[in-house]
Amino acid sequence: MISSLPRPVWLRTATMLYIAAFLIFLFLPLLVVAVFAFNDASYPAPPWRGFTLDWFLGNAAAGRVGLFRDSELLGSIWTSVVVATWVTALSVTVGTANAFLMERCRFPGKQALSILMLIPLVIPGVILGISILAFSSRIAELADSLFGLDLDFLRPGLPLVVAGQFSYIATIATLMISARLKRFDRTLEEAALNLGASHAAVLRTITFPYLRPALIGSAAISFLMSFENFNTTLMLVGPDAPLTVTMYGRMREGATPVLNAVSLFLMLASAALALALMRGSKRAS
Amino acid sequence: MLAWLLAPALLWLLLLIVLPHIDLALLSLRERVAPRVYRPSLNQFRTFFVEPLYWQVFVRTAILSALATALTLLIAFPVAWVITKVASSRASALLLVLCLIPFWVSETVRALGWLILLRESGVLPALLVKLGITPVPVELLYHDATILIGLIYTSMLFMVVPLVSSLESLDNALIEAAYDLGASGFVILRRIVIPHAAPGITAGCIVVFMLTLGNYLTPTLLGGKNSQWFTELIYTQFIVRFNWEQGAAFGFLLLALSTAMVALGLRLSGQRFVDVMRRA
Repeated sequence: MISSLPRPVWLRTATMLYIAAFLIFLFLPLLVVAVFAFNDASYPAPPWRGFTLDWFLGNAAAGRVGLFRDSELLGSIWTSVVVATWVTALSVTVGTANAFLMERCRFPGKQALSILMLIPLVIPGVILGISILAFSSRIAELADSLFGLDLDFLRPGLPLVVAGQFSYIATIATLMISARLKRFDRTLEEAALNLGASHAAVLRTITFPYLRPALIGSAAISFLMSFENFNTTLMLVGPDAPLTVTMYGRMREGATPVLNAVSLFLMLASAALALALMRGSKRAS
Repeated sequence: MLAWLLAPALLWLLLLIVLPHIDLALLSLRERVAPRVYRPSLNQFRTFFVEPLYWQVFVRTAILSALATALTLLIAFPVAWVITKVASSRASALLLVLCLIPFWVSETVRALGWLILLRESGVLPALLVKLGITPVPVELLYHDATILIGLIYTSMLFMVVPLVSSLESLDNALIEAAYDLGASGFVILRRIVIPHAAPGITAGCIVVFMLTLGNYLTPTLLGGKNSQWFTELIYTQFIVRFNWEQGAAFGFLLLALSTAMVALGLRLSGQRFVDVMRRA
């Protein structure tokens, strides 16, 4: 805060109003999504017709299929969780390897590799999707015509979705883990080695505990980005659709408030994840 | 040891980034003359320039994306300023967290919110009628302005965060000194604040432009049939018509545009790609 500058009343009022308007802009869409999950009507639209939990608990007999009875939505939440788990595991593993590679090793072409690692972030997601789709189906065709192999995982489906999301989330994990490894005081490792610890023991008892916050943070971000991804996923999806793709399809058909219910569920899950992360980082620091 | 660390990076980048894009380039430069028979050709690119619909949608997407980026910057800059230089440290931490919250929720959810707010039977048209501003509910969806609002909303975080991080490092004493020497607010902004924040502005603009250009969800949901977004053409060629050669050509054109704008942004602000991406 710069306290020495004069701040006339009109400026202070204007600032307050601007920030208030900005916060309304940020939160109004989320608020209406949450509110209309409880409206007793067939469409998420005004007027307010009273409170109901039908869109969570309702079953087909009542004419309203609530979230907990909607097997398609529940199935796609599960699909998203499975995909996100794979993407997280791969991204954090590869990201950690990359961090050690870029911070601890010297080799020719390192500069070029560090730029190449950033490239996935500036390629539009749709193009990541189509290029992986085209390449994998070319490989599948080659395998088929040369060896008569039917490589099913190279056809649109969950393995390709995982590959597509991983292709750019790995960059984010790499950046997060590298940033922490860069600040590590290497004399700690040297001291442990001098005292006779093995390399494995140093990694296990010193380096990894130090990296833990970055590992947990990058895992949470990877999971979230995978769960939210739409553009890349849409190009690579097969018969089992993750949640964002299912929701998109329903929204084009005309949404019922069950989508509000699933959205509210997502908001609560994200909030829980954010809170857990913040508490974790506070304890670490 | 080096080999073990190098292998994952190389596998990742070669198999998922480099080779697929080479393949995409090859795909865009060939033409199907008979089933399973192809020959090299520039036909797909010719189609793009000959067919007015295609290049018009391309130009439209580029202009709207640039506009969305500029508006996002204009809206986000005062917010970043308040967070870093005006609010007390408690309030600024709270404000930053509030700015981050909406982006923990999926873009699909955010688009659903705007649908409920803006469609003819939605919340804002009903409110306008109640306030006596319009006699009947008006359709607020399916306009270019709607697409812009959705895109700005979706990009906000990617602008606020780099702006805040670049303004944080600006020494307040510089502003105070300039003020004491008689500089007006505008001069301080132009001569001190903007030059200092240039890396953050560049990083934010590059990321927002790229995300906007490549967005599919928000333009198609909020723009409906009128959205005419270039990624939609790519999707149609690839998934609906199964004309992969044409879709690949479109994909490359979009990639070229996005790369050109990234390069232009770096050139204009004199930044290095690696530094800018670290900041974003």
